[in-house]
Amino acid sequence: MKPLLNLWLIALLALFATQAHANLTIEITRGSDRAIPIAIVPFAVEGGGSLPDDVAQVISDNLERSGQFDPLSRNSLIARPSSSSDVNYRDWRAVDADYLVVGQAQEEGSQYRMQFELMDIYGQRRMIGEVVTSDRNELRSAAHYMSDQIFEAITGLRGAFSTRIAYVTSEGAGDDMRFALYIADADGRNSQEILTSSEPILSPAWSPDGTKLAYVSFETERPAIYIQDLNTSQRVRATSFPGINGAPAWSPDGRRLAMSLSKDGQPEIYIMDIAGRSFERMTDSSSIDTEPSWSPDGRSIVFTSDRSGGPQLYEMDVASKQVERLTFTGNYNARGRYSPDGESLFLIHRGNGGFQVARQDLGSNRLTTLTDSSADESPSVAPNGSMVIFATQQGNNGVLGAVSADGRAAFRLPSARGDVREPAWSPFLN
Amino acid sequence: MQFSSYAKGLALAASLALVAGCSSSGGTQDGSMDGTSGSGAAGQGAGSGQVSGTGMNGGNGSRQASDDQGIPSVRTIYFDFDRDSIRSEFESVLNAHAQYLRSNPNARVVLEGHTDERGTREYNMGLGERRANSVQRFMSVQGVSPSQLEVVSYGEERPAVRGNNEDSYAQNRRVVFSY
Repeated sequence: MKPLLNLWLIALLALFATQAHANLTIEITRGSDRAIPIAIVPFAVEGGGSLPDDVAQVISDNLERSGQFDPLSRNSLIARPSSSSDVNYRDWRAVDADYLVVGQAQEEGSQYRMQFELMDIYGQRRMIGEVVTSDRNELRSAAHYMSDQIFEAITGLRGAFSTRIAYVTSEGAGDDMRFALYIADADGRNSQEILTSSEPILSPAWSPDGTKLAYVSFETERPAIYIQDLNTSQRVRATSFPGINGAPAWSPDGRRLAMSLSKDGQPEIYIMDIAGRSFERMTDSSSIDTEPSWSPDGRSIVFTSDRSGGPQLYEMDVASKQVERLTFTGNYNARGRYSPDGESLFLIHRGNGGFQVARQDLGSNRLTTLTDSSADESPSVAPNGSMVIFATQQGNNGVLGAVSADGRAAFRLPSARGDVREPAWSPFLN
Repeated sequence: MQFSSYAKGLALAASLALVAGCSSSGGTQDGSMDGTSGSGAAGQGAGSGQVSGTGMNGGNGSRQASDDQGIPSVRTIYFDFDRDSIRSEFESVLNAHAQYLRSNPNARVVLEGHTDERGTREYNMGLGERRANSVQRFMSVQGVSPSQLEVVSYGEERPAVRGNNEDSYAQNRRVVFSY
């Protein structure tokens, strides 16, 4: 394996802004020392030429960004086979590749028919051989699908490359500001505007089925929670109580929204039954209670409260409303999010390094800082639990960052202009 | 959902937008609050900005109505880090607003609470509200009717200035009187 430990390599990838201006690019900022070497050969195209989108490069970028793979550079590819029958396993052992991906494509009208294969070099066997047909303008989606298959075949963990992220951009300051809510592919490409406003937008949250976003918008000059259907564009205002209407969080069954409302005088956690439009107050304290997040089994809610002084994370049993404090390390722990297996929390922890993304194991309650930036916010976990996306600062700009759940690998998605923040990773979409 | 109350909200929003179009107050959207206006993710690259706002007044400082005769000119007070207590140097500012509101019982003011950018956004929303509540309590003690006061927290969402330094942070920890 290549020793990438603590190596800060700035690899600027995917710089081709073919879509909207708000596309995000990717900079790998930290490589993992445990990454698996894999060779990904550019796909051969029948009749010569190359694919309109470089499918092998998209796969390579995806796998590298996961922190779990170390793709060989193209000039160190010892041969360019396009099918498993052409593969000489000894060649690939010589360049220390553990796995090999090859593929070939045929143009058929407006489509491409692509065969891709994954080989285990040391086992000398084919692990995947699959044919994927894709419209010529959907080749990146096809590459994300292949990345998912490769990732799962090797790691045993479902790939999350075909997912999406929501995020908010802002420009300006004071009275002259522009806000926008976007969704984009998990690699920052293919961005689409969902909402723009001269008033703040924050806290986007995906419904568990991936068809809706709940978010807070100040477009009436008061905060309100909206639910927008991403397929039909239909939008409803879920709440517009006096005071704060904030921090919407979907229950795992998609029927309820936990949120923070200050109509009683200070922010309290409420649960809204979406269909019945009824509300149940869950907390009763004179403190700020906000940033709820549901456990994967729907039985618990973690939330931020400063009932003990500074903000700390508390876990509530939804049925009994019994509350237990979870965090004790330092005087600022906020905005907790459960891992998909429910065994740990990702949160913002203020320590000597500033505000950083941290993980707390819920068995041992041990807290581990994952980032080395100092102004982190809004951690959101990939649906397979492998990565956490968050907002941070680069110079004077807000950018998105991501870190692997073990902290070993990190990358950033800077924007061409303005601030980017409030990332929300979608659930699995297929 | 209760459609009637939603429709009422829409009507209110539409009228707010109209008001914004005629006055100098910035920050509202130019209409089309029609509940079906969000551009769909499935839409073919349709980057429609349905709530796309114009009508900013482009000015600095607090947003203000066009008829602001007699309203005290200093409309922003500042707070210490992690505090919601009124600094003594700003008591005269609050007293001037209290006097204005007492003598103009029909006047209403929104107390906009703001924080600096450090910390998490929704928690900061709560901290901004605490600051504005603190001003509201002060005004009430000065005899201002509760019906004249409304608190809206913006948290860290509308910084007065950009910048990652203590000077910027200090300018952003504030409550603004918005008439």
